[in-house]
Amino acid sequence: MSIETISLSGRKKEVSNKKMNFWESLYLVAIVKGLFITIRHLFTRKVTIKYPEQTRELSPVYRGQHMLMRDEEGRERCTACGLCALSCPAEAITMTAEERKPEEKHLYREEKYASVYEINMLRCIFCGLCEEACPKQAIYLTKSQVMVKSSGKREDFIFGKDKLVMPLDMAIKNTQTKAAN
Amino acid sequence: MITTLFYILSAITLATAFLTILSKNPIHSAIYLVLCFFSIAGHYLMFNAQFLAIVHIIVYSGAIMILMLFTIMLMNLNKEDEKNKSVLSRIAAVVSFCLVALVLLATFIKAEPQMSRYYASGEDYQSIKVLGQVLLNDYMVPFEFASVLLLVSMIGAVLLSKKEYING
Amino acid sequence: MDQALIIEKGIFIVAVFAITMLMAMYSTLAERKIAAWLQDRIGPNRAGKGGILQPLADGLKLFAKEEFFPNTPNKFLFVVGPAISMSMALMTSAVIPWGDRLEIFGRTVILQATDIDVALLYVFGVLSVSVYGIMIGGWASNNKFSLMSAMRASSQMISYEVAMGLSIIALLMMTGTLSLREIAAQQHGMDWNVFYQPVGFLIFLVCSFAETNRTPFDLAECEAELIGGYHTEYSSMKMGFYLFAEYASMFISSTILVVLYFGGYNYPGMDWVEANWGVNPANIIGIAVLFAKLCFFIFFYMWVRWTVPRFRYDQLMRLGWKTLIPLAIANIIITGVVILLADNA
Repeated sequence: MSIETISLSGRKKEVSNKKMNFWESLYLVAIVKGLFITIRHLFTRKVTIKYPEQTRELSPVYRGQHMLMRDEEGRERCTACGLCALSCPAEAITMTAEERKPEEKHLYREEKYASVYEINMLRCIFCGLCEEACPKQAIYLTKSQVMVKSSGKREDFIFGKDKLVMPLDMAIKNTQTKAAN
Repeated sequence: MITTLFYILSAITLATAFLTILSKNPIHSAIYLVLCFFSIAGHYLMFNAQFLAIVHIIVYSGAIMILMLFTIMLMNLNKEDEKNKSVLSRIAAVVSFCLVALVLLATFIKAEPQMSRYYASGEDYQSIKVLGQVLLNDYMVPFEFASVLLLVSMIGAVLLSKKEYING
Repeated sequence: MDQALIIEKGIFIVAVFAITMLMAMYSTLAERKIAAWLQDRIGPNRAGKGGILQPLADGLKLFAKEEFFPNTPNKFLFVVGPAISMSMALMTSAVIPWGDRLEIFGRTVILQATDIDVALLYVFGVLSVSVYGIMIGGWASNNKFSLMSAMRASSQMISYEVAMGLSIIALLMMTGTLSLREIAAQQHGMDWNVFYQPVGFLIFLVCSFAETNRTPFDLAECEAELIGGYHTEYSSMKMGFYLFAEYASMFISSTILVVLYFGGYNYPGMDWVEANWGVNPANIIGIAVLFAKLCFFIFFYMWVRWTVPRFRYDQLMRLGWKTLIPLAIANIIITGVVILLADNA
């Protein structure tokens, strides 16, 4: 077998430039065949996902909106060390650290916490380096499973702690399932 | 009402015919000529000659003028390119036009309408059925001559476009 | 002329005009929907329920667009181009028999705007004039690309007019009349012309694709290779008029196809319906049948659009001049021989 005729996929077709006779040059048969192929698609299942109402199932490792995690007792894990901001190639993360007061012990796990934690979603490239850098396992991109929504104003894209911190009920549920196991 | 319509149509015909000659831009002249043809078709319609009117539109406006426009547009004639014709050719054009007009006038004065027997029968002699019968019974030979003439000109056109192949 | 006739015709013409515009409007939606379905998508479904208001949204969008005038010395002709296209697309509907007759208030209303003797020639006349819309528009754009595309589109239309006319001649030899009303009436019941003139029908179908500038002959509007065609310089509603004229002429040409070859308003069993239920129900069913048939053809136009790739210009011309015209002439000769034999037998 020569190299010209070899076909790894088994679907290789030789291009033929043979002269068409009169009947073939009318393309009638070919067109009718084509029409049957297209009409079959009229009845196949549509693949469109109507986006805002239906959402596509994201893979478990999909990197979407960031989430600042809570531990089993519902305390924020972040200690405002700044490693995420340092590792961020797009310089999207800013934070302000503050010392934990004694009465806030149930809110923050570490003695230092982030009073302001902002991510500029226009700069973020969702690379996940902040997640890698975090020593406290406080920031994850794969947990929220939501995409960052579009908007018309630039200010809307600076996400503060109100949008980033894991909701409490989610933390409670996590703890409950862990306890059940 | 018909008279006013006739005057309006005639005014359009004459105006567009003059504009055809007078306008400097060849495309504009061609478009005025198309309008002129349309108004002439309107005159035919006023004689209730539907077939003639429609065929006039199809042949003159729809085919001949479009081909004319094609050539004008592709040759990209501009005002600057236009050369003034010599006096001799102008005189020749006027004389030949006058001769043609004379011949036409003579024919029309001599011609007698042949529709008296249709008037008597009350038939619609402008209808396409009667027209076809007249053309292919009474005027069979001229009709065939006209078709042979068209065929000859068609073959001539094909030959002209194939000239290189014949010589070489 | 009696006054009632004028009122009756006036109402009828307005109704036909409105229906043509409505059908053209909803053809744009149907085009997008069918394109989507044939590609396993859903299509526009946000404007109104199931996208029913999409044509209005499209029209509104076109009106809101900037009205751009190119640097042309012929502003007037630039506007006249789309106007000619649109009016020619709408003019043909005057001679189409939408149905046989209705009896309203004791009057017999003929469902046709005008029954002229040379209806079919009138259709061809309008077709040949509609080339001017493209030519003048392309020329007045003062743009070489527009001019070349206008030439291309109009020479395509002229070439296919020839084959179209020849394919019709075979039909005329059979029917012996040019009046669309008589042609429709001759195809009573199931006696449709397509059974006698299948080749003529095919040629006519192909030519009407070319005449309406639809795929696979839509060289006028392939933006990618040929720079948008003759309407490159057009924007806003002037552009919309060109596009809309295409849909209107698609509607009209499928109506003519149905009237000429698929029996128009005729359907099997129409005599029975007329005898048992009366004239009006029979004819209303007839109108519905006509619309069902022409909707199928509009669907067919769109179906072909997503099946057959665009022809190259030389292929298009070869198909027109070297295939369709000889075929049409052969069809005429065969039809003539058969009619002669049938008459003598």
